Amino acid sequence: MRFAMAIDTKKCVGCSDCVVACQTENNVPIGYCRDWVVEVNDGTYPQLEMEIRSERCNHCTNSPCVRCCPTGASHYDYGGTVLVTAHKCIGCGACIASCPYDARYTHPKGYVDKCTFCVHRVKDGLPPACVAVCPTKCLYFGDTDDPRSELSQVLKKRKFKRLIPEAGTNPNLYFLI
Amino acid sequence: MNRRNFIRISTLGAGGAMFGSIGFGNGKEPSLLDRLTGNVHPGESGYLRTPTYCEICFWKCAGWVYKNEQGEIWKIIGNENDPHCNGRLCPRGTGGVGMYYDQDRLKTPLIRTGAKGKQEFRRASWDEALDFVAKKLDFIGKKYGPETVALITHGSGGKLLTTLMKAYGSDSIAGPSYAQCKGPREVAFGLTFGTGLESPEPTDIRDTRCLVLIGSHLGENMHNSQVQEMADAIDRGAAIITVDPRFSTVASKSKFWLPIKPSTDIALLLAWMNVIINNGWYDKDYVEKYTTGFDKLKEYVQPFTPEWAYGITTLDPNMIRDTAKEMANASPAVIIHPGRHVTWYGDDTQRSRAIAILNALLGSWGRRGGFYLPELKEIPEYPHPPFPPVNKSWRDILGGQYPFAELPLANAIVDGSIPGNLKDFQYRGWIVNGSNLNMTMPDTRKTLEAIQQLELLVVIDTMPMEITGWADVILPECTYLERYDVLRNDHNREPVIALRMPATEPKYDTKPDWWIAKELATKMGLGKYFAWKTFEEFLDYKLKRMDSSLEEMKKIGVKKYERSSGDLYFSAENPPVFDTPSEKIELYSGQLEQAGFDPMPRYTPHEEPPEGFYRLIYGRTQSHTFSRTSNNPNLSAIMSENKVWVNPKVAANWQLKEGQEVWLKNQDGSTTDFPAKVRITERIRWDSVYIVHGFGHTGSLLTRAFGRGVSDSALITKVLLDPVMGGTGMRGNFVTFITENPGKEVKA
Amino acid sequence: MREELIISGRMNPMVDPTLNIWHWQIPLYLFLGGVAAGILFFASLYYIMGREKKYPAAIKWAPMLTPFLLILGLGALFLDLNHKAFFWQLYLTIRLESPMSWGAWTLLIITPVSIIWSATWLKELKPEWHWKYPILDQWEAYFKKHRFVIAWIMLLSAVVLGVYTGILLSAFNARPLWNTSILGPLFFASSLSTGAAVIMLMAKSHLERNIFSRIDLMMIGIELFLIVHMFMGFQASTQVQIDAANMFLGGQYTEVFWIFVVFIGLVIPAFLEVLELLGFKIPIVITSTLVLTGGLFLRFIIVYAGQASRYLY
Repeated sequence: MRFAMAIDTKKCVGCSDCVVACQTENNVPIGYCRDWVVEVNDGTYPQLEMEIRSERCNHCTNSPCVRCCPTGASHYDYGGTVLVTAHKCIGCGACIASCPYDARYTHPKGYVDKCTFCVHRVKDGLPPACVAVCPTKCLYFGDTDDPRSELSQVLKKRKFKRLIPEAGTNPNLYFLI
Repeated sequence: MNRRNFIRISTLGAGGAMFGSIGFGNGKEPSLLDRLTGNVHPGESGYLRTPTYCEICFWKCAGWVYKNEQGEIWKIIGNENDPHCNGRLCPRGTGGVGMYYDQDRLKTPLIRTGAKGKQEFRRASWDEALDFVAKKLDFIGKKYGPETVALITHGSGGKLLTTLMKAYGSDSIAGPSYAQCKGPREVAFGLTFGTGLESPEPTDIRDTRCLVLIGSHLGENMHNSQVQEMADAIDRGAAIITVDPRFSTVASKSKFWLPIKPSTDIALLLAWMNVIINNGWYDKDYVEKYTTGFDKLKEYVQPFTPEWAYGITTLDPNMIRDTAKEMANASPAVIIHPGRHVTWYGDDTQRSRAIAILNALLGSWGRRGGFYLPELKEIPEYPHPPFPPVNKSWRDILGGQYPFAELPLANAIVDGSIPGNLKDFQYRGWIVNGSNLNMTMPDTRKTLEAIQQLELLVVIDTMPMEITGWADVILPECTYLERYDVLRNDHNREPVIALRMPATEPKYDTKPDWWIAKELATKMGLGKYFAWKTFEEFLDYKLKRMDSSLEEMKKIGVKKYERSSGDLYFSAENPPVFDTPSEKIELYSGQLEQAGFDPMPRYTPHEEPPEGFYRLIYGRTQSHTFSRTSNNPNLSAIMSENKVWVNPKVAANWQLKEGQEVWLKNQDGSTTDFPAKVRITERIRWDSVYIVHGFGHTGSLLTRAFGRGVSDSALITKVLLDPVMGGTGMRGNFVTFITENPGKEVKA
Repeated sequence: MREELIISGRMNPMVDPTLNIWHWQIPLYLFLGGVAAGILFFASLYYIMGREKKYPAAIKWAPMLTPFLLILGLGALFLDLNHKAFFWQLYLTIRLESPMSWGAWTLLIITPVSIIWSATWLKELKPEWHWKYPILDQWEAYFKKHRFVIAWIMLLSAVVLGVYTGILLSAFNARPLWNTSILGPLFFASSLSTGAAVIMLMAKSHLERNIFSRIDLMMIGIELFLIVHMFMGFQASTQVQIDAANMFLGGQYTEVFWIFVVFIGLVIPAFLEVLELLGFKIPIVITSTLVLTGGLFLRFIIVYAGQASRYLY
């Protein structure tokens, strides 16, 4: 089982609902966030292009954060998700520095926090909060090891890119383009 | 209370929530260490949820409020059965919890002790505050007549206040949502098809093949179900045509983006009609059967070729032809979207008429993929005695101005409160509910001038908005999460109603509007209009007569009914009915002609920005509603200020840097109170600047919003009034940059 | 015009707008660890080579400082932790892939070893010293007998520590500036150079001062060589690494790096050392201080600039 997410940049309107939903679902303190939205514009008026990406932890298959964690707090978990065990975390910041996506932050309580793919919901059979709320249904979550999953189907059908694959992390967020 | 404190409190609450929830969720017992760090997750099952519908915007999506075991509000999730949201709230609805937790909320009734405009109040009990209001209303009613008191309201709370006003004897009950927003299109569609659009607009985006957006940045305005249907349309490969001087988000998703020169939309619409008619691309059968005035229209649009329009709109004539073809190919599954905020240049009813006519030519009204035929559920009234007659109705007060206005105009109430503006009449008191007129109405200075003249200003709100600083009495209403309200009943594909019930007790000393209205009525001797004992009884009475009950609605939140008016679209069994004088779609409007207006839309050139000035274009963002959410902790965390969008060419001329702070000054010398940061972006034309509406709060009690960004209302001093229905056109203002602090004093 | 922006108001403290997770504590810790590693490297090396008599400052005096340097460094590291109550989790596991983990374990070894090493020389340097408890005398005798073994442990762990201070950073491929294998040798060379500088300061004999001056000169040469190679490597690499190098070649770190690290910390002391070797009288305090300052600046600048170098946005 290999959980991953696809983000349809063609449908996303950048509303940031994913960010707010994550915040309330996971009690992320105000002023912090586990996911965020990036807008890229290119060209000269009126020949313009825009890409909008809802971004979060890539739950990399080859995660630098897991590798550099001195205590094993950052670890691979259910379905390949990369999680942080708060009570093992010493807050050294190595994983934060190691993440090319800047997906992690230090929770006010001291431990490092990040997107969990809402694994608590996934285990209950619910999609992650961001996926469940997205008004444009531009987020797809699922198992890439299962060829029948909606996610696998979408990835088969559509062109996609991943962010900074050259960092060698083997990221699991797919941006449909 | 600052943001940091809020964080502390909210995380404390959250921590408690997580402690309390151990045992729920993924079924794994959390270890002692997990508990220590609070790293425990609650699941969705096993939680109490109560139904509500959202009050953050007018879309009013139904949802569920989830609480933790401590009874603290945790999150709000959309109701899957609600066609407004389909289980998915927008960011504002999701962030609605912030409205409840906002530490800056109004906490107790307040009575003015100092001068108007100063936040000098004393705390009062509800009894004292309502006594004060009741006596004052009684005094005004006796001295000037009850019709001199107006209610300006936005949102569900106003329904019971409306009953109170009618019982008192006034019908000047206005919402800025009409003359400052969608009024012109309601009138235009009414004149053309015999029925307005209302909300949600019956656009059948779900099944459309071509969606045309004219100055509507759907997707940046989160009209939830419409945005959802648009995303589905993109998935299906439907063509989107966007007309906007700004490269809006939806422009980037469009097959055609027409970067039109601002204020020239009617020219484009006429050229489209010209192409569609002259090429015979219109729906001949439909036009023949259902419309009148086609020949006059055909003759009228002859001069308006794409080449003619090119000189006005700067749009490539081939692009105009291609887009016309695109629409015609999709016909009748095509929507030329009427938009929502359409008060731009003062000829807005005529522009909306052009949109209506184009829809008629393409046969999209009442057709699949065009406009469906919505249906509304009848809700029985709770019995009350008939309302007393009104001495002078709002229409009489207008004295023949704006003949096609269907609803009272908020701007006319403002005008009518300033002595000398109306013959023999002056408004003496306002009750303002959920509407921050300082930022909602154009030209803040005029609004304040009017307020200075009032003998009574009662403000009912949840937040210490700017208008509260001018109130004589402030009545703190509780948020929608803490109260019952009237049933939501908007038309839709199927009739549907939704219940809002309190998820928790009101925080602080705040009350629901229904309670305020009923108590005031009782004090004013109008209790007979509020004969119910509890609001539950009021709701249950109605629901019992609609095959439901309060008990059932508490469990389901949303109830759909079968359609009783036949098909969703025109059909043989469901022949169209047009409520116009000719009982047809009026391409040529005799009504307008009779009243002395153009029977067919005419393009009139509008003023252009003088040298060194740029047209001020404002719009929406997905994470905020008007100016009312800027202080919401969850939403200000997403966007805390607006930036002024400047084309790189303009930035180079002015030597502006990304992120630099500038003040904006308009053609009348009106300057923003605060600076805005510059965003240098190709997304805006070189002759315009763009800001998101709703920022630049001057109310210092709004700790997160105060001084963040700039308010467009202060820059809209020139209002282009629509003579047809009184809408306030607000896009005729031009601004320039001030790079040095003009040293403006901000009065909180 | 290209425009790339985060539109959802992401403002995670210490991450946005640019990464700022590590403040003064980490570079100070890297510096102190480096100096201690340098000293202990020379102490153990020359002890093993049997130069106990020739280089007393290197083998006996300077190591006395190292327990303090290491404890101070560890203190700084501890201050940097955000979840301090759980620091002990470091020692419940060994994670070979994590430089932070083996740094923590190396420190756990080298700190007591440096204390033991210092303790075995204490009586020799301070003849009036007496252990309070007899058992300590027994231990001292035991450790003295096994100094050779201790020296080997110390040598190895000093190399690990010296290299580790660089590898800690170079293991982060997320930060293009750090992601160069030159950082390990560079920091190790710098730690030997700064270690030699401390020994120079404490050396009483001209011979010892002279030999460490030569060593230092050599290390400075190596450092300059590595720095040049580092930038050549960056320039010949991907865009993000070119961008990273450009922070030092015209970018915001140009002045501070070339003036404080290269000129004041390397070129001037090298010049002074050459003069000294040519027979001029140069106060050793000046040379050593410059070298130490340069070493400190190197750590600070690399740690800060590395956090500013990135792939996205």
